[in-house]
Amino acid sequence: MSEVSRNAPHPNPLPPAGEGTNAEGLNLLWLQSGGCGGCTLSLLNADCRNLFDTFKGLGINVLWHPTLSEQSADEARAIIDSCASGATRLDILCLEGAVLKGPFGSGGFHKTTGNDSMMSLIESLCKVARHTVAVGSCAAFGGVTAGGSNPTDACGLQYDDDSQGGLLGEDYRAAGGLPVLNIAGCPIHPHWVVETLASLAAGELREEHLDVFRRPRIYADHLVHHGCTRNEFYEFKASAHKPSDLGCLMENMGCKGTQVHADCNIRLWNGEGSCLRGGYACIACTEPGFEEPGHAFGVTPKIAGIPIGLPTDMPKAWFVALAALSKSATPKRVKENAVADHQVITPVSKRTRLK
Amino acid sequence: MTRRIIGPFNRVEGDLEVTLDIESGRVAAAYVNSPMYRGFEQILQGKHPLDALVYVPRICGICSVAQSAASAQALAQAMGLQAPQNGRLAANLTLAAENLADHLSHFYLFFMPDFARDGYADRLWFAAAQARFKAVTGTAAAEVLPVRAKFMNVMGYLAGKWPHTLSLQPGGSARALEEAEKLRLKILLTEFRVFLERILFGDSLQAVAALDSEAALWAWMESRSHRADFAHFLSIARDLELQQMGRATDRFMSYGAYSDGETALFQSGLWADGKLQVLDVSAIREDVTSSWMAGDNALAPDEGETLPQPDKQGAYSWCKAPRLSGQVVETGALARQMVAGHPLVRDMVAHHGGSVLARVVARMLELALVIPAMENWLKQIQPGAPFCVQAHELEEGRGVGLIEAARGGLGHWLDVRGGNIHNYQIIAPTTWNFSPRDAAGEPGALEQALVGLVADEGRNTAPLAVQHVVRSFDPCMVCTVH
Repeated sequence: MSEVSRNAPHPNPLPPAGEGTNAEGLNLLWLQSGGCGGCTLSLLNADCRNLFDTFKGLGINVLWHPTLSEQSADEARAIIDSCASGATRLDILCLEGAVLKGPFGSGGFHKTTGNDSMMSLIESLCKVARHTVAVGSCAAFGGVTAGGSNPTDACGLQYDDDSQGGLLGEDYRAAGGLPVLNIAGCPIHPHWVVETLASLAAGELREEHLDVFRRPRIYADHLVHHGCTRNEFYEFKASAHKPSDLGCLMENMGCKGTQVHADCNIRLWNGEGSCLRGGYACIACTEPGFEEPGHAFGVTPKIAGIPIGLPTDMPKAWFVALAALSKSATPKRVKENAVADHQVITPVSKRTRLK
Repeated sequence: MTRRIIGPFNRVEGDLEVTLDIESGRVAAAYVNSPMYRGFEQILQGKHPLDALVYVPRICGICSVAQSAASAQALAQAMGLQAPQNGRLAANLTLAAENLADHLSHFYLFFMPDFARDGYADRLWFAAAQARFKAVTGTAAAEVLPVRAKFMNVMGYLAGKWPHTLSLQPGGSARALEEAEKLRLKILLTEFRVFLERILFGDSLQAVAALDSEAALWAWMESRSHRADFAHFLSIARDLELQQMGRATDRFMSYGAYSDGETALFQSGLWADGKLQVLDVSAIREDVTSSWMAGDNALAPDEGETLPQPDKQGAYSWCKAPRLSGQVVETGALARQMVAGHPLVRDMVAHHGGSVLARVVARMLELALVIPAMENWLKQIQPGAPFCVQAHELEEGRGVGLIEAARGGLGHWLDVRGGNIHNYQIIAPTTWNFSPRDAAGEPGALEQALVGLVADEGRNTAPLAVQHVVRSFDPCMVCTVH
């Protein structure tokens, strides 16, 4: 996929997905399957007055959410079944967690009440949903649940790793005309979800607002590198050697932030955080297949001393030339701070008016 | 006898189903099913040892840091590493923040909404409980969500993000704090303390932590405004006699929590037969008689295996049945405070055994006990001193990580051979509490706690008493079967 411009519209744009908001609001059903529930917990970190009022204000009526709703057991099942039968209109289906197809295609690794597989329940709901949303990399592509030997035969709703297909197949379109929206991330940033749902509720989300992996471009048009506080170290190729070092994490520590599509260093996490600010590499959790990179996560794979994964849109020859030049020009402050866990040399204060 | 299957059980983390045999309107037997299997122990095989730090937090979205901490501890032991003081303090702060946020979420979002259900419409306290604690629409949820989100901003500084951080490393913390960040953390902790003192307790943390008997607890409740949420809960609990509900085995296990390298804030141990004993971790075995898992013998976790066998006869859960010296034990905040010796929980258990009330009270006590500890750890952090030592390549080695997550004891057993993970076995808190029957036919802790509860057969919905008991354990099902 690296040769494809990710900003390009989908080759076969479909008609827009319905106009305007529904006066009664959009009915949202949230289900969980092969995942950790971390996307819901991350969603609860949203920086808003409170999530319930935000959804209500946006015209989203949460029919049922496994972590938040009152209804349990029979009552919950009745709501889900009422959606599946069409008795209750299902406008937005959110799935968190991968679809578990195993063992032997039975879906038996996740059964729901009545001995149905969750897989078949998800499939029947996807047939009636006006919009289908994969929340998190597991629901989108399989994610960590599909790691290793993929013991549960896990896949995403409409992708299996980076190939189209998944549970629903390449041709699936929800009743509103859109394919599955992949809010990829492990976990999602809460605002990726809130903003995508806001856009759906306003009837404004079109296929051209999705990137090549059908991730909302509101966050996928950026690179994790954008806004990284380690940028001065990156410029001079002043690199960290161990966890807690302040230097750039790309050369040695496995960081893929210059290649990965997400705005983690622009909108930040839990107030003022991000992976890089937390002292560790971007492991590409918004990208399909991140769970099996083919190398140890914390070590940058290299050929002849040059990282294999070069910054997006950067020609290799230029990267090599610039890296050599900038390394030779690295200021002492940057060089020494890169391998320390605090600034051992602070920037010089000039005494004159700065120009 | 009638049999009822209750599921999908919500306001628990992950998927849960409970089957009840009901006789004369009461639960005669309970069978707890964890209906989802993902296979993390299989996924981890063959990986680079440090890659465990990427995978294991993703076992669980709600106790993600606890998983990281257990893994970092197992790796540190295998590598013979010792984190510097700053690293240890930062790791304690990160784990404590998660544990306290979980206690808060459990109380307001998972547990209390059950008292606002229509089944209690005839109670005098119902209107107030409904206004305050109703799921989604109650004033408490609206007030608590932003408080929780703000408190979790401590993770932005300590861990980059939550859930799923990589800051916790075997050598310490990858996130070195600056002086300015210490101040910002101090302000966030202070704001959270103010919320707890004003809204949850209506009293100082010190006063709550000092409650030393059940009599003192009730007297304190009488002296409080019922607008404070904990007192509000206690008044409901007294009416419903929640101290009489949900007794399990009264054997309580804790691995010990928040060590400074020598002593722990909450010590490790086993409370059984009415006294404190040394915890012998080598006596842990995982029985798979009732689990959809292959194997005949109960194995020690460092020799354990996890091989699904979905068609196994007589099995009814993906959860294994861990036992300590062959016995069922309970783990969680109540067990932790029983072992640590808090006089209030010791007194409550002496009177009634473990109960729904005692489990909730223990969580509330921890909110009051751990915030001052966090303030103290933060004060001790010295910017400029190291936070992390370098890990090295590990060819061969074994390590064990034993952590107290919000929900109780979490163990990771790591075996590295030829530079890769050969075996990685995990026993999560809810694996203990929600285990199925073992080879001797002995039911797990929740299965025992449900027996005898009133279960109105005429009603369509799950009996409320059953829901209180299940949620009093604060189950985490995604951890249970990982």
